[in-house]
Amino acid sequence: MMKPKTVDKIATAVIIGVAGLIVLVLAGLLGFIMVRGLGHLSFDFLTSPPQSIRAGGGIGPQLFNSLFLLVLTMIITVPLGIGAGIYMSEYAKANKFTDFIRLVVEVLSSFPSIVVGLFGLLMLVNYFGLGFSLMAGALALTIFNLPLMVRITEQGLKSVPREQKEAALALGLTKWKTITSIMLPIALPIIVSGTILAAGRVFGEAAALLFTAGMSSPRLDFTDWNPLSPVSPLNPFRPAETLAVHIWKINSEGLAPDATEIAAGASAVLVITVLLFNLVARWLGRFMYRKFTATK
Amino acid sequence: MAQTTDKKISANNHFAEEWVGRIYTTLCVLVLVTTIVAMVYFVASRGLSTFFKNDVNVLELLTGLKWSPEGQPPAFGALPFIFGSFSTSILAALLAAPLSFCAAVFMIEITPKFGRKYLQPVIELLAGIPSVVYGFIGLSVIVPFFRDVFPGQGVGIAAGALVLSIMILPTMTTVATDALASLPSGLKEGSYALGATRWQTIYRVVLPTTLPSLLTGVVLGLARAFGEALAVQMVIGNAPFIPRSLFESASTLTSAITLSMGNTVSGSAHNNALWSLALILMLMTFVFVFIVRWLEKRSKL
Amino acid sequence: MADKGISVKDLSVYYGDNKAVKNVTIDFNNKDVTALIGPSGCGKSTFLRTLNRMNDLIPNARMTGEIWIGDEDINHPKTDVVLLRRRIGMVWQRPNPFHKSIYENIAFGPRYHGLKNKSQLDDLVEESLRKAALWEETKDRLHTSALKLSGGQQQRLCIARSIAVKPDIILMDEPASALDPVSTSKVEELISELKQDYCIVIVTHNMHQAARISSKTAFFLSGELVEYDNTETMFTNPVKKETSDYISGRFG
Repeated sequence: MMKPKTVDKIATAVIIGVAGLIVLVLAGLLGFIMVRGLGHLSFDFLTSPPQSIRAGGGIGPQLFNSLFLLVLTMIITVPLGIGAGIYMSEYAKANKFTDFIRLVVEVLSSFPSIVVGLFGLLMLVNYFGLGFSLMAGALALTIFNLPLMVRITEQGLKSVPREQKEAALALGLTKWKTITSIMLPIALPIIVSGTILAAGRVFGEAAALLFTAGMSSPRLDFTDWNPLSPVSPLNPFRPAETLAVHIWKINSEGLAPDATEIAAGASAVLVITVLLFNLVARWLGRFMYRKFTATK
Repeated sequence: MAQTTDKKISANNHFAEEWVGRIYTTLCVLVLVTTIVAMVYFVASRGLSTFFKNDVNVLELLTGLKWSPEGQPPAFGALPFIFGSFSTSILAALLAAPLSFCAAVFMIEITPKFGRKYLQPVIELLAGIPSVVYGFIGLSVIVPFFRDVFPGQGVGIAAGALVLSIMILPTMTTVATDALASLPSGLKEGSYALGATRWQTIYRVVLPTTLPSLLTGVVLGLARAFGEALAVQMVIGNAPFIPRSLFESASTLTSAITLSMGNTVSGSAHNNALWSLALILMLMTFVFVFIVRWLEKRSKL
Repeated sequence: MADKGISVKDLSVYYGDNKAVKNVTIDFNNKDVTALIGPSGCGKSTFLRTLNRMNDLIPNARMTGEIWIGDEDINHPKTDVVLLRRRIGMVWQRPNPFHKSIYENIAFGPRYHGLKNKSQLDDLVEESLRKAALWEETKDRLHTSALKLSGGQQQRLCIARSIAVKPDIILMDEPASALDPVSTSKVEELISELKQDYCIVIVTHNMHQAARISSKTAFFLSGELVEYDNTETMFTNPVKKETSDYISGRFG
């Protein structure tokens, strides 16, 4: 029988050791991506189109597709998600239907993204005839992201002090006016930082896009900004391979001799972007909080 | 009198305004509900058509060992995929669970200041790293390493489980940290006051009271691992057999769908069979959600 | 507005199965201050919140009985709650200014109700702040955040905000309990000023305050209205034993 003190020391050492190991692994992970990838990053790499067989291809169209898809997705997701979040937080009565919606949101948030992709293939690509397109991809990502957006909005609104809401109602404001002009501004820091984190998730998602936005890009003409032209980058009904899908594709079927370097470079771009989203979310959340509460 | 008219006009306006809000938010919720109902319906109807239209026996699909939907005669044994999915995700959860618990204890009990300020943001950041990046790292670090150390090609269940465990570690750690942080401090102080050491307090007080929440984190991680497609597909080898070792090529439900869905014709037996795999994924999602709800109820008591 | 301010008949409020207010019948005079006193948990705040239907927000709250304001039954299904609340100002225990500028805090309500003219709005803001005795302190920083004001100033701002929409009635839920003595006396002065124009119902746990500012006082105990009389009579010569016990500080 060991003394409790000895056991305590051993346990503490083990915990610190494990935590250290985790930190090492995570640091190694980030370091690996950065070291492998940063060397390959250049303006040319970020802007030029990929090569299928020769070396020296870039990720220009993929990067553009990822960003454009992100914007499209958020344009659809944010109003829908905030609307549904407001409903859940302010309008939903405590009854069976509300419980059912809560269950739906929970199920939807844990749906495997590949299944969302399959559904997108069936409904959006085939039934609605969108084909492999940015629009189909954006709608699939909306399905994938909506539950998160709802939860963020709900959290934000629940954080508003009850007295604020009551003060607005007591002035004779309608419920809707109270929500939009008193409660939402207070909830905004939480909603904005949550939305940016959700955007990071959209940026890195691949499985839901394989069968919706497609695995190829047409040759794009970056001088043609007419959204209706098939070679225009802005056309939302063209197929679009995103950065994350590109990484997957060159790893599983890449023929270019420098496929690994390209994958490393593209991974570094993804990770740096996610990092930026995180930092911006934190900073903006804090900044807005200070601005709205006018405290230091 | 003027005031009365003024109030009447404003009454009409505010009724309209109230309805705009009510209708808009209700529509948003209806979109959400319709989407999920449609999704469940279509995945289920497509997945079930394997059994009703293509006359495949449910038992054959669940227990058959041979997957060759295009063969003569076609065979629809999905057990290798089911086995692959369960073994990789359960192994990953088993690997990540103790690690995440240690990380959470480290952050909350041992170095609260440092942990809260630096470690937690980093871990949350890692939760946001795209899964293809994890897959890429698995492919360029873990697989070559396993190839050198163990017999075989390096790909397989071990590589898949390891990649998944790294991937779900941040999620599980975040849940565990929240659970430990929400513990009322009086509980711990009571234990310390009785002269218990830190480890005794953790082991006898902290662990039992937070167990349901910790398990919630484990199940959430398990669910994420089970549904992950690309990171696993990149490192598992994709052979449709039950492997004889952890270092032999295997497949999961998600990897089979990822690889074959694009090459099948909608409505064909092969295509329907892939939808059946998706149906299994969906049903497992329901199971995970059910378990999480049950655990959450327990942790509220 | 009829002479009779508010008339409450046999009002009961339930939270789930718990009866928080029990069969209360009471009238409040217009242009007068009525204080509701009683130990905490006696139902006085709950009662106050039914007067502008703020309890509608609480999911399992339910009420029976009638409340008449003038000739309007406020719980009638056809009653427009939004217009009703516009006629009833409310001030809370903790100051709760909007997270906006001082000017906006006051201008927000009237502008929403249709006053768009900039100079009229400016005048209204000044008038309201003057009534709340806050104009001198804030006239140079109207466009800075209201949250930078001190607690007492914030509370007076909240009063100014509610009178800016020109209500008939003002409900106050322990408006001075979170304030320091100086701010408290300022708020009390303000209430005495306001009673010339409004029907004011104020919940307070401070009996000296009730004695100082109100002309009528109602004593609540465990959800029941025990005694209701002129403040002076109530404090010098209460009828019920519970009232005299409470007033002399034997419990609560």
